[in-house]
Amino acid sequence: MSERTGDGAKRWLLPAALVAALVALWQLAAQSGAISDALRLEDFLVPAPSEIATTLWEDREVLADNAWVTLQEVVLGFLLALAVGLSFAVALHLSPTLRRAFYPLIVASQTIPIIVVAPILVVWFGYGIGPKLAIIALICFFPIAINTLDGLRSVDPDAPKMMRTLDASRRQILIRVEAPAALPYAFSGAKIAVAVAVIGAVFGEWSGSNSGLGHLMLQDNAQLETARLFAAVVVLSGMAIALFGLLALAERRVVRWQ
Amino acid sequence: MLTETRRASQFPSSGGASGTLGGMGAGVADATISMRGLRHSYGELRTIDGLDLAAPARTVLGVVGPSGCGKSTLLELLAGLREPDGGDVEVGGAGDGGGRLAHCAYMPQRDLLLPWFSALDNAALALRNRGVRRAEARRSAAGLFERFGLAGFEDARPAELSGGMRQRVAFLRTLIAGKPVLLLDEPFAALDAITRAEMQGWLAGALGADPRTAVLVTHDVEEALYLSDRVLVLSARPARIVATLDPPAPRAADRDAAVTSPEFVAARERALHALRTQLPAFEIHPMGGKGTPQRNGAAE
Repeated sequence: MSERTGDGAKRWLLPAALVAALVALWQLAAQSGAISDALRLEDFLVPAPSEIATTLWEDREVLADNAWVTLQEVVLGFLLALAVGLSFAVALHLSPTLRRAFYPLIVASQTIPIIVVAPILVVWFGYGIGPKLAIIALICFFPIAINTLDGLRSVDPDAPKMMRTLDASRRQILIRVEAPAALPYAFSGAKIAVAVAVIGAVFGEWSGSNSGLGHLMLQDNAQLETARLFAAVVVLSGMAIALFGLLALAERRVVRWQ
Repeated sequence: MLTETRRASQFPSSGGASGTLGGMGAGVADATISMRGLRHSYGELRTIDGLDLAAPARTVLGVVGPSGCGKSTLLELLAGLREPDGGDVEVGGAGDGGGRLAHCAYMPQRDLLLPWFSALDNAALALRNRGVRRAEARRSAAGLFERFGLAGFEDARPAELSGGMRQRVAFLRTLIAGKPVLLLDEPFAALDAITRAEMQGWLAGALGADPRTAVLVTHDVEEALYLSDRVLVLSARPARIVATLDPPAPRAADRDAAVTSPEFVAARERALHALRTQLPAFEIHPMGGKGTPQRNGAAE
């Protein structure tokens, strides 16, 4: 156990050191006015990390309230995509006809420019959480469905044959052989999905909303509150990293045989 | 009819197994195998062309042949996992795919143990598939673990087992299915030479204690001659029979003595000669394994 935490600390050390170095560099550049001079900008438009940190603390209530709204959208949208994505993957796996019919459609769903569709969804579903969930689910659906489908098809073709001679039904082959084999793939898809889900939430909020981190960013941008804009980005990134970490943790607990 | 020939008492007999499997259906029934004028092809590629074979109940039929001659296809046809293009195939009197499937248990070349289940849960798969509750299925399988030299490894994951143990779990899984016909597709091909010899002796004992009709497909002429009551040598694709051999001492208790006896060596030479006529010169390898091509060797 102690060896494991030691390994974990080592694993975190390198990215942490890199982030710290980048932040320090940025701090120096911003404080000395190097960036704003080069870009011919007012100093307050280029906040230093220390100013962003101060804003994070001073505006913590505004940030937390809006982050809570965005978190709800992201989690619900992701769960919706998970349910639909997994169902699609299983249905398409079991039926070659469905697979042939729907596969191009699933790929096509990823070519829809979300920025264009988002305002239309807001017109259709209003300013509430509905259009945000639709946008997030649309983005998350693809990696989950495609990865899970690949996972279900990844089993050794002899394994279902062996199971059939052991009197397994199609459903039992799915549950005992194909689904466990697909689990690591499904987790990979879910991890990709949760990372892009926050971007979906921001697009959704930009298209029409009265709260959320994306909404806050728009306001801050208009009011030249650059430090808080960056603070909102930090919170958003933190949210994505935390959700990704939760999924990675769940994967380690569930997929124990690898 | 349960004529028990207990050659190696440490192995479960069919009667004992059915007792252990409590209520899973009485002892394993007898079944014969026959193929008449069997033909099969994958599209343009003819794999089997007019094959006739037969195996009486509770005998082991060995099948050897060059790589890619359709040996695995033959097993899938028997098991009802595939249908022939022509001719008849019957297992235990059943000619239809479902009926054949009901009679056969298939042990693939790779053990295909499911890595997410423990050794015991893997062995008990057939019982679980029939709707037996997990605890009961595990209890039934656990009784056989000790007799198969697997005691103490019930809850080990397949990755924690040695190659020989994995193969024994895979064989146990096939046996627990309680089917009258076992289809063994190169069961020991993945093992090293010493473990393979050990496992051949072990399988001989297991089949002696619990006789079933079995078809053993293998690359290894010696393995086929030692384990089988009759050995068929197949031609290169499309497969037909080029030699039929009756081994001198099928599944003899002393494996090492049996495979070095003059009769055995003579039978092995006959089988190898029959095989050799089927192979292009550069594929010849004395033990039927996948050796280095001789032409490469000559060139070096």
